[in-house]
Amino acid sequence: MSERLIPAWSLTTEAQATIGIPAEWPERVTKGWAIGGATGEGVDVCILDSGVDGDHPLVGGLTSAVAVSLEGEEVSIGQDEIGDVCGHGTACAGIVRSLAPACRLHSVRVLGAGNTGSADLILGGLRYAIEQRYDVVNLSLSTTKRKFAELLHELADSAYFRGTVLVASAHNMPVESYPWRFSSVISVGSHEGTDSWEWYANPNPPVEFFARGIDIDVAWAGGNTLRCTGNSFAAPHIAGLSALVLSKHPGLTPFQLKSVLYLTASNTGGTT
Amino acid sequence: MTEGSSYQEAVAAGMLPSEESHRALLQSIVDVARAIFGARASSIFLLDRETDELVFEAVSGEGEDDLIGMRIPSSTGIAGWVLVTGQPIVIDDLQQDPRFARQAAERTGYVPEGLMAVPLANGETMLGVLQVLDRSKDRAFSLGEIDLLILFANQAAIGLDLLQTARRARAVAEQGEGSEAVVARIAALLGRAEDEVAGVRLLEALETVLTRLAP
Repeated sequence: MSERLIPAWSLTTEAQATIGIPAEWPERVTKGWAIGGATGEGVDVCILDSGVDGDHPLVGGLTSAVAVSLEGEEVSIGQDEIGDVCGHGTACAGIVRSLAPACRLHSVRVLGAGNTGSADLILGGLRYAIEQRYDVVNLSLSTTKRKFAELLHELADSAYFRGTVLVASAHNMPVESYPWRFSSVISVGSHEGTDSWEWYANPNPPVEFFARGIDIDVAWAGGNTLRCTGNSFAAPHIAGLSALVLSKHPGLTPFQLKSVLYLTASNTGGTT
Repeated sequence: MTEGSSYQEAVAAGMLPSEESHRALLQSIVDVARAIFGARASSIFLLDRETDELVFEAVSGEGEDDLIGMRIPSSTGIAGWVLVTGQPIVIDDLQQDPRFARQAAERTGYVPEGLMAVPLANGETMLGVLQVLDRSKDRAFSLGEIDLLILFANQAAIGLDLLQTARRARAVAEQGEGSEAVVARIAALLGRAEDEVAGVRLLEALETVLTRLAP
């Protein structure tokens, strides 16, 4: 296919024959079709958080780990020499690993340099993760700062079009925060169940899915496990499930992946 | 802002409730939060933007007597994570986290088993963090507990916002050199005077003069 025939802004009649998209969709999308036998192999999942303790047995190793810092007003990316400054990133990584054992995990640490400039670090880290073309980026965080909303929105849209799935934990507080509110990301809240393989589609967005978020025994920095609750632990469940879907069906766009998650949710009949 | 309104604000600053009144509000919030959750302690951290640290502003229960004013980094540890990411979190078995246990023991001599932490925000500004330590295990944990915690967080955020606004206003009144500061100081003095009748008469005379001078 010649480059000039690939439609970008319009579709000519001649070009119609050139954009056949291989889509082997079954008559009915089931959980079995979506993730049955999948391991996450070949899928790159990024944890944008407090860093990750890659040596933790429940994390099972990291493929890469970088830290985002501010030098003056410039965002700088370097090897992460510190690891997890809180424990939370390790928890998220462990959840993804528990669902998608063969995925490649990457850590982008955006915490630890103080509250001032923290939104710049989140933005810089997300930009880096999208540039790396990771398949899935877990964002168990948000910012309330409106001046960053527009930039975050642009980044979320560019991720969507480039094929990087952003999974963001929703805020369960009455504050405006981002990026989970954007339709180009997959936003996740908590259900009250204890089954990590159960998720629900929400007919009343902006929260789009509910996944396991309470009383989870998670990996924590220092090789320990803690019992945790919060939407920030629901998001990595959907990130892990996304890795499974993408490992079994490589090349799905974020739009298609979201449709698969919708069609296989517990409340849409996706129990098999 | 018109000059008239800035004088009115100065008068308001001079008549603000005391630091103690605002502290009492925060204290009441942590006391009630502690009671409702049957917890061993509850505390409110205020973000000090100048030093980029979290400061204990109100404590109920364990550490009540000596934690006020103590500072911790603003973006490490669990409270820091909650502040920076804006996400509420509940953690049990904290004693398993040796780093947390060490830091908690150094600060308070008391290592909680579990904590609930929620960010305090006013609009897009993060003000601090509310924590509830060692809630009662008598009732099963549910998402309703987080909803309840968030209700308290809204109250605490309003309390923190009032405290910060009052501190800024008082700083202007006490240290400012402009004419608004003079007005604020007069209002404050009048509020504290044992016999304010004489002062009020003098001001009424001033009002009469100014009314004639005003266009």
